[in-house]
Amino acid sequence: MSSGTTIIRPKRLFHLSDLRELWNYRELFYFFSWRDLKVRYKQTAIGVVWAILQPFIVMVVFSLFFGKLAGIPSDGVPYPIFVYVGLLFWQFFSDALGETSNALVANKAIITKVYFPRLILPTSSVITKFIDFAIASVILAGLMIYYGYTPQLIGFLILPLLLALTFMSAVGLGLFLSAINVKYRDVRYALPFFIQMLLFVTPVIYPASIAGKYSYLLAINPMMGIIQTARAALLGTTPINWMLILASFVAGLVLLAIGLVYFKKVERYFADII
Amino acid sequence: MKSIIEVKNIGKKYNIAHQRGGYVALRDVIANIFRNPFAFVADKAKSAVGLKVKEEFWALKDISFTVNKGEVVGVIGANGAGKSTLLKILSQITPPTEGEVILRGRVGSLLEVGTGFHPELTGRENIFLNGAILGMKKKEIVQKFDEIVAFAGIEKFLDTPVKHYSSGMHVRLAFSVAAHMEPEILVVDEVLAVGDAEFQKKCLGKMDEITKRDGRTILFVSHNIAAVMSLCTRTILLDHGKIVDAGDTDKVIDTYKKIISARNKNLTDISLKNRLKRTTGDVLFEIAKGIKNNKESWDFGANEDILLEFKAIAQKDIDNLLFYMSIKDSVSGEIVSNIKTVISDKPIRSGKSIAFSISVPKKVLRPGHYSLYFTLSDIESKIFFDVIDDNVNIPLLNIITTSLDEHENIGFFSMPYTLKVND
Repeated sequence: MSSGTTIIRPKRLFHLSDLRELWNYRELFYFFSWRDLKVRYKQTAIGVVWAILQPFIVMVVFSLFFGKLAGIPSDGVPYPIFVYVGLLFWQFFSDALGETSNALVANKAIITKVYFPRLILPTSSVITKFIDFAIASVILAGLMIYYGYTPQLIGFLILPLLLALTFMSAVGLGLFLSAINVKYRDVRYALPFFIQMLLFVTPVIYPASIAGKYSYLLAINPMMGIIQTARAALLGTTPINWMLILASFVAGLVLLAIGLVYFKKVERYFADII
Repeated sequence: MKSIIEVKNIGKKYNIAHQRGGYVALRDVIANIFRNPFAFVADKAKSAVGLKVKEEFWALKDISFTVNKGEVVGVIGANGAGKSTLLKILSQITPPTEGEVILRGRVGSLLEVGTGFHPELTGRENIFLNGAILGMKKKEIVQKFDEIVAFAGIEKFLDTPVKHYSSGMHVRLAFSVAAHMEPEILVVDEVLAVGDAEFQKKCLGKMDEITKRDGRTILFVSHNIAAVMSLCTRTILLDHGKIVDAGDTDKVIDTYKKIISARNKNLTDISLKNRLKRTTGDVLFEIAKGIKNNKESWDFGANEDILLEFKAIAQKDIDNLLFYMSIKDSVSGEIVSNIKTVISDKPIRSGKSIAFSISVPKKVLRPGHYSLYFTLSDIESKIFFDVIDDNVNIPLLNIITTSLDEHENIGFFSMPYTLKVND
């Protein structure tokens, strides 16, 4: 919605007025997230329980196979809690990625009929994942009590920062994938496989120390720094490495920049090709 | 005062590949690069220096017009004339390829009512969701909430999921939300094609009120000539992506009718190739037209007999001949009724011409726009000789009414009945 004068011209790349427009439409972020939440909990029988059950079961399975049977080291922390901290962030990232990349195609009907800044769709689909994160955190609290871990104060302070970094990386990559998904419809079939692969190059089920002197290579992946830091802050596995956080921030920023630029470039033609 | 809408030399080009609706698979693109790397590079190089001939067409070309505040302007034209593309550009859904549009006010578009309704959510929830998608603030929606509900007449079903709504209720609610967003410029596309007659009248009334009372501007696209005539003072006629006529509504609608009837002068020339693709061509339609007052016409009043005249010529010897026609709702494509009749059960020699006509008594077909489908075949309908339908640009059969009695205007046909009152 724009009161005042609107000028429509053939090509328009990124413009300052885009930000003002996003601000005008800020309520739509809320409405799309609200819709996604409502619909999800209306359609599923177990609703909220699913948000707890899913990471919990994965944690149990991973602990059993990777922790017990394969004997993967866990930096001296009980494996279940070690893997759960990783899973918590990983699940947020991978769910957000899956959801964002499908956000445009799933809302085809709206895109071809109404105008609003398209950025809102993929972005707001990540917001609901915060709720899942919060719910799944309950299990983490339980595990920490069970294993007798008192988190450091810094752990709580740094958590929002880590979440913001995860959000940034997921939105960045998600914007890129959602835009590509509009043009190439087979992307969505390849995506689950791609995410699965990412899991194995991210230190979720193993500690980054396992890669030895090559572990800095893993830092290209923003999730590496995020998960390492979360473990350091919550479980005290290692001291917090601020350089690692910086690396994650830079990697996330690059992803976001690529995602935004590509999205903006193809955005105006979504309605024609979707 | 400056005009509220200024459209300057707008053009919109589509690549035909997009129009085919086929999706590009990344897999294929990558596979092609590997299978034929040289062709890929050559292709890229060609398009880079502009040598590559692209399959493209202009859905709109050189469109310029202005609309003043408080005007209701109609946009009419046959299917594929570019009406929807124009509205999509004005509502910023798709960008123009060239030209410029200046809009001096908030734009609300009603391209398809109920867009963004989620079937699982209740009516109440959907009002908020839909309002927000259309660009309303939450505060605004709360303010107008009661008015929206009252206009749609769904008070009792507010907390029922929309999936349980009838299609009528669905449309009513959707229109109501959109009509209450109070944009300075309202862009409306074919919304009146749905919903019952009473509600259509209510919508027209609401739109009238919006312009007269609040001085808002409406751009109204419709196939419903009667609605355009009653609502719009000025009309723009599009044909093949260009403005053919603009101005006084009555004058423009006359031009529109002329264009449509001129399109069907000589059937043997029209898309014979297209027809032969699907049929044997052993017998070919030479004439297929509606006749009113001894002149060709596809527009009939609801109180006039409908007469269709046909002439066909046998190109080869055939054993027998059957004529079939169906009338379809032009919007949904659903068959409203059909006729199947034997023209000749005896052999017809090559070169012989067969003329016949079909007449349908007045007051059978209800007002509306119907698409037509004619075929000639053998009696068993095994061999098709010729077919005429939308693919060869046969005009719509328009049944026009001036009656405002909605009970005479809804539905597709009038049922014969007898009434007996027992005392």
